[in-house]
Amino acid sequence: MARFLIRRILNMIPLLIGITFLSFLVMSMVPGNFLSNLKMNPAISPQLIKEMEAQFGLNQPLLVRYWKWLWAVLHLNLGTSLAFNVSVTSLIGSRAVNTIILSAASMLFAWAIAIPIGIVVAVNQNSIWDRILSFVAFFGMSVPNFFLAFLVMYFAMKVNSPYLPVGGTYSVDYAQLDWMSQIGDRINHLILPVFVLGIAGMASLMRLMRSQILEIKNSDFVRTARAKGLSERVVIYKHVLRNALNPFVTMAGYGLADLLGGAALVEAVMNLQGLGLLLLNAVRSLDIYLVMGSVLMGAVLLLLGNLLADIALVMVDPRVDFSSMDSQ
Amino acid sequence: MSAAPQLRIPLEMASPTNRGASFSGLRREWRLASWPVRFSTFCLLLFYLLAIASPIIAPYDPTYQNRRLPDCPPMALHLAAPSEWSHAFFFAYPMTMIDPEARKFAEDRSTKTWVHLFSYGHLFATEPGAPPFFLMGSEGLGRDLFSRIVYGSRVSMFVGLIGVTISFGLGITIGALSGYVGGLLDNLIMRWSEIEMSLPSFYFLLALAAIIPSGMSAVATFFMIVAIMSFISWAGFARIIRGMAASVRSVPFVEAARALGGSRWRVLTRHVMPSVLGYAIVAATLSIPGFILGESALSLLGLGIQEPASSWGNLLAQAEDVQNLAHYPWILIPGVFIFLAVMSFNFLGDHLRDRLDPSNRR
Repeated sequence: MARFLIRRILNMIPLLIGITFLSFLVMSMVPGNFLSNLKMNPAISPQLIKEMEAQFGLNQPLLVRYWKWLWAVLHLNLGTSLAFNVSVTSLIGSRAVNTIILSAASMLFAWAIAIPIGIVVAVNQNSIWDRILSFVAFFGMSVPNFFLAFLVMYFAMKVNSPYLPVGGTYSVDYAQLDWMSQIGDRINHLILPVFVLGIAGMASLMRLMRSQILEIKNSDFVRTARAKGLSERVVIYKHVLRNALNPFVTMAGYGLADLLGGAALVEAVMNLQGLGLLLLNAVRSLDIYLVMGSVLMGAVLLLLGNLLADIALVMVDPRVDFSSMDSQ
Repeated sequence: MSAAPQLRIPLEMASPTNRGASFSGLRREWRLASWPVRFSTFCLLLFYLLAIASPIIAPYDPTYQNRRLPDCPPMALHLAAPSEWSHAFFFAYPMTMIDPEARKFAEDRSTKTWVHLFSYGHLFATEPGAPPFFLMGSEGLGRDLFSRIVYGSRVSMFVGLIGVTISFGLGITIGALSGYVGGLLDNLIMRWSEIEMSLPSFYFLLALAAIIPSGMSAVATFFMIVAIMSFISWAGFARIIRGMAASVRSVPFVEAARALGGSRWRVLTRHVMPSVLGYAIVAATLSIPGFILGESALSLLGLGIQEPASSWGNLLAQAEDVQNLAHYPWILIPGVFIFLAVMSFNFLGDHLRDRLDPSNRR
């Protein structure tokens, strides 16, 4: 186990270097930079611009800048945000936590609904419920996150309930609340975005669950279990379900990229203070170190998620062993 | 952009019996399709028609601003009484603003705006100079939303087709080459694609969108977006195709082709590629929604197609203002179009998979 973990983590290093270099390359291709806006401003002297250029290292060649950035990152310093003039680490930290909370909650929501529905639908294959719910799942898979977010916001405005605030991470008077109400406030603000993100994930998970169970239902060991005289309940829950859950663990890892992307969109539309919105604003203002920091953070979240999924898969499925995963 | 499906080589896909583009073949396909698939086909044909014939279908210039009719709600189309059929078959009551502050409109029942079919070079149009007829309302600057949606369909409907062509062309060539040649080249390509695949794709898409210069024309921006999204998504295809090509290498018919003295290129293009084509078609159809959604998202966030050009995504940008959303809900209509297009491609791709791969049928 330990060897496997170490190898996987060491494998991440070249990946992260590649990812960050690619992003750095991209950001250097951007026409103009953060300072070109300031240059337009006649109130700022060319002298000051020169100083800032030197300070942020914007006039050095790409490789030098990348190396300097990488060196700083190794010392856990993600650089300074050009627009906010504070360290990128401090900006990203709290935002990343918000994004993780949002993503994790949506995933739990999606699983909590998709698995039972998937079971019911697969056990009653071709019943009217199967048809209706499969159709609804297709619907959920196809509705764009941002569109659903708009619809939900419209609905929330019509309902106008204090428990369904429209957008934002917390209320205006958040700072004055006691900690219990603060948590309640945060949860209220999470309901709509979690619903929006959960629906999309739920739909594809439900379809996966259904096809998994249908496949396993006809396998030999299930027939054996039935022949032994086990009750249908035991057959479904102990034999079929246990085996059907494996791909879910893998899906959880690979679905993370989509989840992060979806979360970024929903954050932008619903104005949630997450990593995605931070990145969007950084891209808009060409705040290169903030962009790099956010992309790096996203990549780390993604790789860690995949790693966790692999570990979970090994724990859930005794057939998977570490040596086979090493070679992949 | 999503997870790679499980590898299974559907060699039966390549069998010649599955090919058939004749008319009788099409009719048979239609009979076999379920009603959602038929509906999807209909939707897609309609949307492509909108895209190709937009100047005819759109009743108005999509950039013309009716300054006195901003945020006007959709108007009802009325059937004219038979005695009025010498004018036109349809009419609408023009809208006037009764409260400029709240942008409230009321129908003016005293006059009628005649809606003529197949006249003035449009599918339907009002007389020049007459008050406009807004089928789906107007947006903040008084531009006709329906006309903007029709012109916007050009972006949304072609971004998928062109994007898939590029990223698939790249993916299939690189993947087949990598899998068939193997060795160092294979190793290099796969490491590179690994990097691309472990990128948080939407984050990277946002970062890449910053490359697009703000002053670019709509067409140039469109192609930049397509190029960017293809750049992000080719790696996934390449890996899958590579896996298939690598396993196809040892399949008897490929060995036979090689034993008969077929050159590498010939074996690759005549034997390896056709055998993975069936899979490729399905994967291509299922990846089009990703392109449509990507473009819409970028344009919605103001990083894609810029005003005054329209795309379904940037039309939705107005709804980002909560007040607009609350008072003028018809600005969400472009979202319905995105949804229908995405759903149609999903249904169609699913159906194609069932049709092309018999082992998948349940």
